[in-house]
Amino acid sequence: MFAYIMRRVLFALPILIGVNFITFALFFMVNTPEDMARAQLGAKQTTPEMIQSWKVDHGYDKPLFFNADAPGLAKVQDTLFVQESMKLFVFDFGQSDSGRQITADVYERMWPSLAIALPTFVIGLVTNIALALLIVLFRGSALDTATMMVAVAIMSISGLFYIIAGQVLFSKVWHWVPISGYTEGWEGFKFLILPIFIGVFSGIGAGMRWYRSIFLEEMNKDYIRTARAKGLSDLKVLFGHVLQNGMLPILTGVVVVIPTLFMGSLIMESFFGIPGLGSYTLDAINAQDFGIVKAMVFLGSVLYIIGLILTDISYTLFDPRVKLA
Amino acid sequence: MSFVWLWTDLMVWSLLFVILAGIRSIKHSEQARKQWRSIFESPIAMASAVILTFYFVFALLGSVHIQLASSGDSSLDKRHGVYSVLDLSLMHLIEQTERTYSAPFATHEYSTSLNFDENGQVSQSYLALKYGGQHLTKGASIWLDVLKKTGLPLLLTFGIMALLLLLHGLFRFRTAALRDINNKAKTLPWKTAYISVFSLLFLFIWFYHLSHFYHVLGTDKVGQDVLLQSIKSIRTGVLIGLLTTLVMLPLALILGISAGYFKGWVDDVIQYIYTTLNSIPGVLLIAAAVLVMQVIITNNSDWFGSTEERADLRLLFLIFILGLTSWTGLCRLLRAETLKISQVEYVSAAKAFGLGPFKIIKNHILPNLMHLVLIALVLDFSGLVLAEAVLSYVGVGVDPTTASWGNMINQARLEMAREPMVWWSLFSAFVFMFTLVLSANLFSDRVQTVLDPRRVH
Repeated sequence: MFAYIMRRVLFALPILIGVNFITFALFFMVNTPEDMARAQLGAKQTTPEMIQSWKVDHGYDKPLFFNADAPGLAKVQDTLFVQESMKLFVFDFGQSDSGRQITADVYERMWPSLAIALPTFVIGLVTNIALALLIVLFRGSALDTATMMVAVAIMSISGLFYIIAGQVLFSKVWHWVPISGYTEGWEGFKFLILPIFIGVFSGIGAGMRWYRSIFLEEMNKDYIRTARAKGLSDLKVLFGHVLQNGMLPILTGVVVVIPTLFMGSLIMESFFGIPGLGSYTLDAINAQDFGIVKAMVFLGSVLYIIGLILTDISYTLFDPRVKLA
Repeated sequence: MSFVWLWTDLMVWSLLFVILAGIRSIKHSEQARKQWRSIFESPIAMASAVILTFYFVFALLGSVHIQLASSGDSSLDKRHGVYSVLDLSLMHLIEQTERTYSAPFATHEYSTSLNFDENGQVSQSYLALKYGGQHLTKGASIWLDVLKKTGLPLLLTFGIMALLLLLHGLFRFRTAALRDINNKAKTLPWKTAYISVFSLLFLFIWFYHLSHFYHVLGTDKVGQDVLLQSIKSIRTGVLIGLLTTLVMLPLALILGISAGYFKGWVDDVIQYIYTTLNSIPGVLLIAAAVLVMQVIITNNSDWFGSTEERADLRLLFLIFILGLTSWTGLCRLLRAETLKISQVEYVSAAKAFGLGPFKIIKNHILPNLMHLVLIALVLDFSGLVLAEAVLSYVGVGVDPTTASWGNMINQARLEMAREPMVWWSLFSAFVFMFTLVLSANLFSDRVQTVLDPRRVH
């Protein structure tokens, strides 16, 4: 197991280097060291000498990918790309354009994001699976058809509408919860309840259909027929066999998402004024702050890869046939 | 007057060409014809297809641009610039611009404003609109007037439907003689098709007729007609949904099949590429690419002759970026399927006969992948239409000057906070988008049920 995880982590390295390469290439196409120096030094009265010395100070005077002057391995090592990437690999994201430490910001803003994303994820998962199981009980009936039509309709509405309609109804008309905001601790509960509810509700359509199709596929297998022939009740079959065997495909889609919950949701957080990583990223996009966007891209990729590894590990927990080696 | 072909226009029309070629090849293959017939045997799929066709026609009409000359006829003078055929047919809506917000079918503005009468007295009142409902005599009921204006559109729609039925009947009469008497195929749900064509046609003609007298869906902050914006937005939504797949498809097909067929290092490289792209959070990758594009566009503003061209290029870039970030899913699917197919005996036989890899891929592998490709295309469409709205909200969507549902929602977000609420922009964007996405989802469901052999019903 340990050897397997180590190997997966090693395999992740080239992928992260690739991710870095893409972001690096994208951003240095428009945000050259000269631009950065000018932005940092202020637009006025910058002489080429000042820019040059700034570049030397910050290590931006090196060539992009290949340093022909350096000896041996340093030809590749002593370049801007490698230097910048190495910083990311130790999670040193540097400064944002507004002069804040990105790494510190990330640590601080991670928790509000999680406060919304984690409950939404857990409640959503449980609701979707429960509803899907219920619907599978009524498979082929008019109720099944009607529910599936409703599910398609729920799926077809843009998430933005749910948020706007939710805010108008629950906050503006009925005054049940504040329209937006955030505080730490249990006091913040009243701010979180609406975004969580909207997040769960907007996901029901797609989620229910997805789990229903997993369970129905399992339902059609031979061992279920055997179980039914032995006289097992519908409920016993459903919870004892279908749910358990449907776990593998469920895990495939679910576990990979868990680490990325830290990243929060761009839309949700900005609508509800939650100071999480999602709204942080959105503000950075609007302010064209490349440093933050780069850091977020890297962080997102790392979390995704962790999610993939976790998925593999979770297989071994639920399916004794799977052995990681 | 001269035609102006924007980049996206050319792409839409070439897409139409591809679709027509596809229909032609379906007609020639017995199996494909049966499958498509079975898709349309579902009334829901038929109705959805009718709705989708309507949207597509609007997108096509919006994709023929004409430059109106400013010289010559003085009455045309204020209308110089680039207009689409859709704009030209809705010219009265462009010209009937009010001062500010007004509700649907309103005759007066939505909020009061200060007025000075001749005596210098200040009063607060609702100003009458310049165009909306101004044909009415004072005190006349709006709804009675609307009812009166329903007759003509209804008659016109019945006329068009009768013509359609006649043509259809003639066609059926001609082919009926050729039909095999043992053919037990179900008849297609023509009734549903006619009902949906009738409803859509009537709604359009009715609204079109009424829009000469009222603002059917109200006006926005600067007094522009919301109906006009919603109809113009159709093009943006449909284009993003359809053209993105046109960009994505060659990448997914070429890379997916090569990875699955050639295996070895080719497979490794392609897998590496799509795992890397996949691991970057989608919205962030798109946002990053669009940001870069924005900087490039601002730095090179001399590339573009007009604002239309700039907005169009931005739409084109967005489509390319969406295409470049969304091919990975289909590619993985195609790779897995190709791996499976290339193990099958007929492929080994073809190899033994000395057929080259390209022949094998073309004759034996590609045809067996087409159902996956089709399913992916119809599945992606609705997701992309929804993505446009979100991206516009994030600020990395289409140009703010381009009419799109995302931009409409984005503006409406602030209007909901007003007192009293300005709800009609959001409502219109919602209705137009929901209809399109819902019918796309329902249609793709049917396509999946018919084409995917593994799917459980």
